[in-house]
Amino acid sequence: MTEKTLRKGNEALAEGAIRAGARFFAGYPITPQNEVPEYMSAYMADAGGAFVQAESEVAAINMVYGAAATGTRSMTSSSSPGISLKQEGITYLASADLPCLIVNVMRGGPGLGSINGAQGDYFQATRGGGNGDYRVIVLAPNSVEELGNFPKLGFELAEKYRMPCMILADGILGQMMESMSFNFDPIDPNTLGKLDWAVDIEKNGRPKRKVFSYKGDSLIADVLERAKRYGLMEKTEARWEERNTEDCDVLLVAYGLSSRACLEAVNKAKEEGLKVGLFRPITLWPFPSKRLNELAQKTKAVLTVEQSLGQLVQDVKLAVDGAAPVYLNAYPAGGQPDGNSILTAVKSCLNGGKEGLFDLQEHAGDFAYSCERDASLGMQGDCKGGK
Amino acid sequence: MTILAKKPQSLTDVPMHYCPGCGHGIVHRLMAESFDELQIADRVIGVAPVGCGVFADDYFACDMVQGAHGRGPAIATGIKRSKPKAIVFSYQGDGDLASIGMAEIVHAAVRSENITVIFINNAIYGMTGGQMAPTTLVGQVATTAPKGRDPKLQGWPINMCEMLSQITGAKYLERVAVDTPQHVMAAKKAIKKAFENQVKGVGFSMVEVLSQCPTNWHASVDQALEFVRTQMMPQYPLGVFKDEEAR
Repeated sequence: MTEKTLRKGNEALAEGAIRAGARFFAGYPITPQNEVPEYMSAYMADAGGAFVQAESEVAAINMVYGAAATGTRSMTSSSSPGISLKQEGITYLASADLPCLIVNVMRGGPGLGSINGAQGDYFQATRGGGNGDYRVIVLAPNSVEELGNFPKLGFELAEKYRMPCMILADGILGQMMESMSFNFDPIDPNTLGKLDWAVDIEKNGRPKRKVFSYKGDSLIADVLERAKRYGLMEKTEARWEERNTEDCDVLLVAYGLSSRACLEAVNKAKEEGLKVGLFRPITLWPFPSKRLNELAQKTKAVLTVEQSLGQLVQDVKLAVDGAAPVYLNAYPAGGQPDGNSILTAVKSCLNGGKEGLFDLQEHAGDFAYSCERDASLGMQGDCKGGK
Repeated sequence: MTILAKKPQSLTDVPMHYCPGCGHGIVHRLMAESFDELQIADRVIGVAPVGCGVFADDYFACDMVQGAHGRGPAIATGIKRSKPKAIVFSYQGDGDLASIGMAEIVHAAVRSENITVIFINNAIYGMTGGQMAPTTLVGQVATTAPKGRDPKLQGWPINMCEMLSQITGAKYLERVAVDTPQHVMAAKKAIKKAFENQVKGVGFSMVEVLSQCPTNWHASVDQALEFVRTQMMPQYPLGVFKDEEAR
């Protein structure tokens, strides 16, 4: 436990990772996470670790693959387009059962998008942007304090279950300054127990070790074995936070920075005599579905608030499973929620209005698709009504 | 009874999957002999590629890591920086190293990572069935160059040793072949030196090995060896392209 200090989100994260025993970092510059590699370049060597500015995001995540194979607490950080490039390495890390930490300080997308903070990478993080059947632990901090303390949790979960862990933050969280403290003493990784699978130099006659991704005929067994770990995690490792959830008419669901705006909405609602609660998933995978379903049984409506175009709401609907109507209040591509705009959506949930609620098909309105190319292909008529 | 020859301790007993006449097995043996002779076997960590060498993680007795296509030098970087006392090698083919992994090999050399790269150049994609490689010769037929490589469409073969020799961080670059006993002996010397360099901390060392691929060249072993000599060597001359012992 340290005294409270004022820190920038990205720097709190970097310092927290070193304190958590990270001893290898590889990364590539991209806004809005540049303070992370900059901090690592300044302090990682002093901690006895290695910092490498990689030639690309692809190289960076593969350097992490190599370092993680040695049992070293290893990490990389990037922002959305860079995380897309890392997907190759992430699926290989998952297949080779390698623990590591991957930080995504999200920005607006798709493509190069913008440098504004956003939450558009929810699908990519929780569904796996790489190929094949795998999961990644996803931690979603909503404060600078959590940014600084989650690397330790991330490494511990990653090592326990032998899989990559992603911290899903966003540009505003990374850039903002807050008072924070570390809730753990710095860890000397040399004092941690040896990993019985890591490649190493002190072999002393033990059998050779292999870290590999090509499984061939053993792939089915391999994937099913990993699925047991995934199932256990769904049962035991889901994390969340609740506010005013015991007696609420509308239950807000939001993660990361959106959840901070939701807190403002919860307080404003209270002033107006409305009973609004907040359910904040901290692990986006494993998603805290069981508890959310319990709460949904007791509320009139569930309102998902997300800075994306209907991504989190899919997990919410799966969890609620019909126990209550689920609505969406969306701020995609760098849009920012605030207490008032969320409160407007809350009222719509209660009075059957539409203001502040996002529905993709209603959003289309009377928009008609112009399809000259389709006409030239003899497909005229198909494009408007759909078949 | 005197033992005149035996399997190096640094090779396992796993039967190799390589085709008859292929050069990979020879190179594996030369590497393993080097580990034994330099007495570094206990601290070698190897990186196997994607391609024909993908099962190399079964053949070497040391700890092995097998990762993504072309990323060997990045993976080796992560290992070496985390375990500086390890002797780390990246074993790569021509598609792996000179095509999809071009950025990784170039920047490993730029950083002068103290690793050893063994580069098998057989001018073809072997594991996937004979597609055109960046090192495929002009006019050479491949399944994706059915009329032969045409520079107007596919450009010219790339000479990796020559290219990397322009990089300050590349400290040792030599091209060898395994088509004759003499060349195999020379290849052994080069491979051993590339590992010795790492022990001494010289920096980035790479040995390019011209290797025969009878299967995908649709040639007999004799014809394949002849192809290495008469077709490959004019494009890829053997020799030392860089040798700087001091860092």
